[in-house]
Amino acid sequence: MKTVITAAGNTADSAFDRRFGRGAWFCVLNASNQIEEFIENVLVEASNGAGTKAAEKMVELGIGKVISGDFGPKAKDLLDKFEIQMVILQDESLTVQDIVNRFQHE
Amino acid sequence: MPYKLAIASGKGGTGKTSISANLFHQFKQAGREVHLVDCDVEEPNALLFQHAACLESEKGIEQLIPAIDTDRCTFCRKCAEYCEYNAIVVIPPVKFAQVNASLCHSCGACLVACTYGAISERPEPIGAVHHYKLGQLAHLTEGRLRIGSAMQTLLIRELKKAISPLGEVILYDAPPGTSCPVVETIADADYVILVTEPTRFGVNDLKLMVALVRKLNLPFGVVINKKGLGGSEVYSYLEKEHIDLLAEIPFSREFASGYARGNFLETLPVEVAGGYAGLLEVVQHKIKEHEGDHRTQR
Repeated sequence: MKTVITAAGNTADSAFDRRFGRGAWFCVLNASNQIEEFIENVLVEASNGAGTKAAEKMVELGIGKVISGDFGPKAKDLLDKFEIQMVILQDESLTVQDIVNRFQHE
Repeated sequence: MPYKLAIASGKGGTGKTSISANLFHQFKQAGREVHLVDCDVEEPNALLFQHAACLESEKGIEQLIPAIDTDRCTFCRKCAEYCEYNAIVVIPPVKFAQVNASLCHSCGACLVACTYGAISERPEPIGAVHHYKLGQLAHLTEGRLRIGSAMQTLLIRELKKAISPLGEVILYDAPPGTSCPVVETIADADYVILVTEPTRFGVNDLKLMVALVRKLNLPFGVVINKKGLGGSEVYSYLEKEHIDLLAEIPFSREFASGYARGNFLETLPVEVAGGYAGLLEVVQHKIKEHEGDHRTQR
């Protein structure tokens, strides 16, 4: 199962972005929780519908779990519908690598 | 054609409704045929001050929302690409296609995009237009947006279509802000009254509003309401920008409590009444000028 972490940049030491639809990058982890790729969120500046579209992207990519700071109602509906697990982290001082490391300790 | 006067402000709470209700009242007292149109469809309140208003008609307003038939849909995503508002979700690998009604602006682009006949429209209520009469010559029409709908601009457009083009004066009471609903309200006005208060917030939002009316190329002037509050920045701004100051209405606690009771029109303090009378005079002059222009055009 693939996991996505919302990130402010496209490197492992980038800050964790607590916004889902407005996060700048989606960091995709493979089934063994290794960083696989960074996908740019092209709708980060959209006037509306960014959350729905980000959720659409998750389904398309076959993601099983998303780690972000919060999920809007429209994004949540869609993620729920496709049984994508939503994980909420509130600590904005984390980097992508910090979150990846937590998986290694599990 | 009636003379169309829009009352707008940028900042909320500067006195748009007070001023439009008052102009309406004064025109009515003078026996002129006047029509007050409450375009603040998210929270229409002009009616609160018109105790003699009788409901004449009510009309439900709908928007058309597209629906996708997933049996016909090929999940090509063309409709989602056409949608400027990101209201359509299409996920080909799971054969999912859906329209998000709360994001849809009913522009119809998706119907043009779909060549498979998979999209049809169904009506969805967004609010209503109510028309009231006050005696023989005075009319009040308001738009009332359904809670949860974000289609303010569409409702204002429908509200304006529902107004009879008769009478002498139409007063548009605008919503606050400088976004689409305000543009829709003031776009066809013959003149725009910008209401401000001499506070820093008032001046800041007045500047945004001035930029908007200048962009729309509309004639306008400013009323300073609640004179005595705040500072003098608004005066130097108006002077520097060569903007007409139409009237000043002093701040009055007595007026505020009359407003809160819903009967300020009946209990106007003398100094406030003086400000309003001055404004009416300026407005009547604008109307005469406009009529004159039209005569020379003919």
